[in-house]
Amino acid sequence: MNENRVYSVSELNGFVKELFDATPMFSQLSVRGELSNYKIYPSGHHYFTLKDSESSIRCVMFKSSAVRLRFHPENGMSVTVSGRLSVYPRDGAYQFYCSAIMPEGTGDLQLAFEQLKKKLSDEGLFDASHKKPLPHYPDRIAIITSSAGAAVHDMIRILGRRWPMSKVILLPVRVQGVEAPPEIVGAIRYANRHALADLIITGRGGGSIEDLWAFNDERVARAIYESEIPVISAVGHEPDVTISDYVADARASTPSNAAEIAVPDRSEEMDMLSGFSIRSSQAMDKRLKNLRTELDNYRSRRVLRDASAPIDDRRQELDYLRDKLGSAMERALAEKRRAQVRLAASLDAMSPLRVLTRGYSIASDEHGKLVWSVKTLKSGAPLRLRLSDGSADCRVESIEEDQ
Amino acid sequence: MKKDSITYEQAISRLSQIVNDLEKGNMPLADSLSLFEEGTSLMKRCTELLDAAEQKVVMLKKGADGEPVELPFEEEA
Repeated sequence: MNENRVYSVSELNGFVKELFDATPMFSQLSVRGELSNYKIYPSGHHYFTLKDSESSIRCVMFKSSAVRLRFHPENGMSVTVSGRLSVYPRDGAYQFYCSAIMPEGTGDLQLAFEQLKKKLSDEGLFDASHKKPLPHYPDRIAIITSSAGAAVHDMIRILGRRWPMSKVILLPVRVQGVEAPPEIVGAIRYANRHALADLIITGRGGGSIEDLWAFNDERVARAIYESEIPVISAVGHEPDVTISDYVADARASTPSNAAEIAVPDRSEEMDMLSGFSIRSSQAMDKRLKNLRTELDNYRSRRVLRDASAPIDDRRQELDYLRDKLGSAMERALAEKRRAQVRLAASLDAMSPLRVLTRGYSIASDEHGKLVWSVKTLKSGAPLRLRLSDGSADCRVESIEEDQ
Repeated sequence: MKKDSITYEQAISRLSQIVNDLEKGNMPLADSLSLFEEGTSLMKRCTELLDAAEQKVVMLKKGADGEPVELPFEEEA
């Protein structure tokens, strides 16, 4: 550099930048510190300060690197950043160009997992109240997993052995790599949109935490949460727990276990059916036995033992009634007969002819009119006398009236 | 409901009800007998369904027009 030369600011910063960039150590190094002032700009670039107790340095992480972050960096977090040191010529400031951030202590995936788990849990995605019951006898089961690998074959085999009545619809997806989450999400949504099944199993066989990562993806978790069709999550082996397991309606420890949870066992159903058969036969036997006992009870009573008994009873009653009726009739007839005799006697007594036998006679005029007073008589008038045994025609000689 | 169209699930739930009703034993004998008959035929139906079932497995794959098509899934293990 020439001591007498006057440089522009841009020239100076340019020289400094060249110096930095020519220093091999600066091109790739890692720095440990605490995050502060962490800001994400709308551009997608991340800006923050890395500091320790005595010093600090400005850092930038461009969007292209930031999208690969699995966890959310937070202020106060102890991290190791990797990248290069260079100069931002506009400000004349040196800064760290960060390509990766690793949390201290735990791995970034573990941290990302814990962060997402807390976030979704706070939102209520794991709430038991949101979990849907699984169908008892699923008609169609959608399996969302890789069409290669042991998991899908294990599931199909166990489903077929336990409950061949369920149709299995495989929706093949990639289960690892960046394409996996959108494919899994797409398959879950497709199954729901077309009401393809009444149960979904999604998962994959075991692997490293990286291999299982698609099932720790927030998009997958939300798709499972939003699924109208109940979802069984079946990822990895027993100890592996993913976000999908938390959000799904049921968690299976392995894909094979998912097939066992999904459907009943045919032989157990057969046992249940024979149980029903035995129970209903026993119930009928018992019923018939009770009826027979009841019947025997009735049979032991006199009315049933001697079928004519009630008829005899009735007949006896009838005879008694008939007797009663007969004598009543006779009494009534005798009474009538006696009344008749009495009547005849009194009629006889009153007969005028009877009077004539006692010496009386009845006089009537020529017209047959009874004569009961001398006042109606004239001398010489014809008169007929009725006696007890005949009549005599006479003529009035003289009239003498009683005084 | 027609006997042939009844699903396994419907048959099982009706069966369980029939068995419970029969066990209560408080209905007229004629009703018990017709329930027993219905139960017997449902059990036959369920057993037939269980015996006859053959697993169907299909795979949905994107066809040439982008729409998913059902393909038989061959065990390639």
